[in-house]
Amino acid sequence: MKLAAVCGSGLGSSFMVEMNIKTILKELGLEDIDVQHYDVGSAAPELADMFFVGGDLADSTTHLGNVTVLDSIIDMDELREKVTAVVKDAGLLA
Amino acid sequence: MKNVLDVLIDIVSTPAILVAFIAVVGLLLQKKGIADIIRGGIKTFVGFLIVTAGANFVVSSLEPFGIMFQKAFHVTGVVPNNEAIVAVALEKFGTYTALIMLAGMLFNILFARITRYKYIYLTGHATLYMACMIAVILSVSGLDGFLLVLFGGISLGIANTVFPAILQPFTVQVTKNDSVALAHTGNFGYAFSAIIGKYFGNKEKSTEDINFPKGLAFLRDSTVSITITMGIVYMIVAIFTGNDYVTKELSGGTNYIVYALQQAGSFAAGVFIILAGVRLILAEIVPAFKGISEKLVPNAKPALDCPIVFPYAPNAVLIGFFSSFVGGILSLIIMAVTGLPIIIPGVVPHFFCGATAGVYGNATGGVRGAVLGSFLQGILISFMPIFLMPVMGDLGFAGSTFSDTDYGVVGLLLGNMTNGGGKMLVMIGILVVLGLVLVASKVTTVRVAKKSTEA
Repeated sequence: MKLAAVCGSGLGSSFMVEMNIKTILKELGLEDIDVQHYDVGSAAPELADMFFVGGDLADSTTHLGNVTVLDSIIDMDELREKVTAVVKDAGLLA
Repeated sequence: MKNVLDVLIDIVSTPAILVAFIAVVGLLLQKKGIADIIRGGIKTFVGFLIVTAGANFVVSSLEPFGIMFQKAFHVTGVVPNNEAIVAVALEKFGTYTALIMLAGMLFNILFARITRYKYIYLTGHATLYMACMIAVILSVSGLDGFLLVLFGGISLGIANTVFPAILQPFTVQVTKNDSVALAHTGNFGYAFSAIIGKYFGNKEKSTEDINFPKGLAFLRDSTVSITITMGIVYMIVAIFTGNDYVTKELSGGTNYIVYALQQAGSFAAGVFIILAGVRLILAEIVPAFKGISEKLVPNAKPALDCPIVFPYAPNAVLIGFFSSFVGGILSLIIMAVTGLPIIIPGVVPHFFCGATAGVYGNATGGVRGAVLGSFLQGILISFMPIFLMPVMGDLGFAGSTFSDTDYGVVGLLLGNMTNGGGKMLVMIGILVVLGLVLVASKVTTVRVAKKSTEA
């Protein structure tokens, strides 16, 4: 399974979300899941199974298919809840 | 023996290898496996070379632009774009940039530890770009070698600790929590916008009560928005230059409009390449910095890139961008009338800085605060580069420049000290600022402590 974080220029905030997702996956014991970060222009549906974006980019990332919109990209609890839901849906977590 | 030393010097003075070396040290400190270390080192190394390749692309687009602009309007036209100017500067100042970046991160950790400003600046590209500008300006001052890296590192460490701190009271108003800070190169402008909003705005009428059109979402793709704006600007300049001149002197016979469009696309392509390279350079260094700082600074507050505040006010993001851009266009008109060099409103700085200024202006002053704050911020980032270019030596003529406010604040401070008294004054000045920061930290700590005992 591949996860990705996306932001406007693919430099700062998507990178931070990526690091936070990795921290959460580590807590869940799912370190094998690959996490990357992209800018809006480079992200493409085949690059990941689920994309995480901030609410301000929801309209700019509809072409990506599987998108999880974060109400706040600095809220670890929200991210943990949403990442956990995604890996559970994929059958990687009971 | 001398040969070994020569090789070592060559390694340190080849920036691509130097940044890879820094990444490898970071990976070793995190006790990563050998495969991770090799992979990380190589990707950082190649990332630096990709940035250099992007620089060539950007320069090949900016040179004819500069020539056409001069021919058409008889003044210099400058495109402010941080990626472009950094990539160009790295060719000459790569080694100093990498060393100042490393020293700056270490000083950031030190200052966060010993002062009450517990901010760790995690926006890696902003740190890289700021290190680059400091390297350029301190080189102009006549500093070199160890002293340049030391004082450059102290300057960067101060900037990266203090800029998130000055904005923090307003960041708390935006995010409603005090656990993270904002780290972007326009922090000074955002605080400015928030203050404007506070005094001239009305918090009750928020931007988020407006229903805004959603059709502009495609502009968030920077390749699209850069190509559109540069295409328009390039075509206007080409029309004023005339087909005869362009086909004879620049395009080798290609029609001037077609040539203008192709050059605009080249600029966007160059920025795209540079961003890909910067991403690779930072991929290993930022997590290492984060991990190390968390161990060394208790209660550290991560300071993060500007889009973290965008979801709090998506309408203010668009309003801020447009207001800032209008400020840029008004500035352009003023520059044209007064005969100053022309700063072309760059879509990237006006987007990120304007949008963030809009969010802060809205938090303190609603719609009026967002519009007015980001509009004035837009004027600020248009005029600051004009004063910044002369202190950057040869690089002031590169056809591109730094634009965000924090580059202006740091650059003008260091640059004017250089002009006033050379390297001695610069070193004394940096130490004085450091002293002020330490004193301010002490004084406010006492005040906070007193407040809490009174309460």
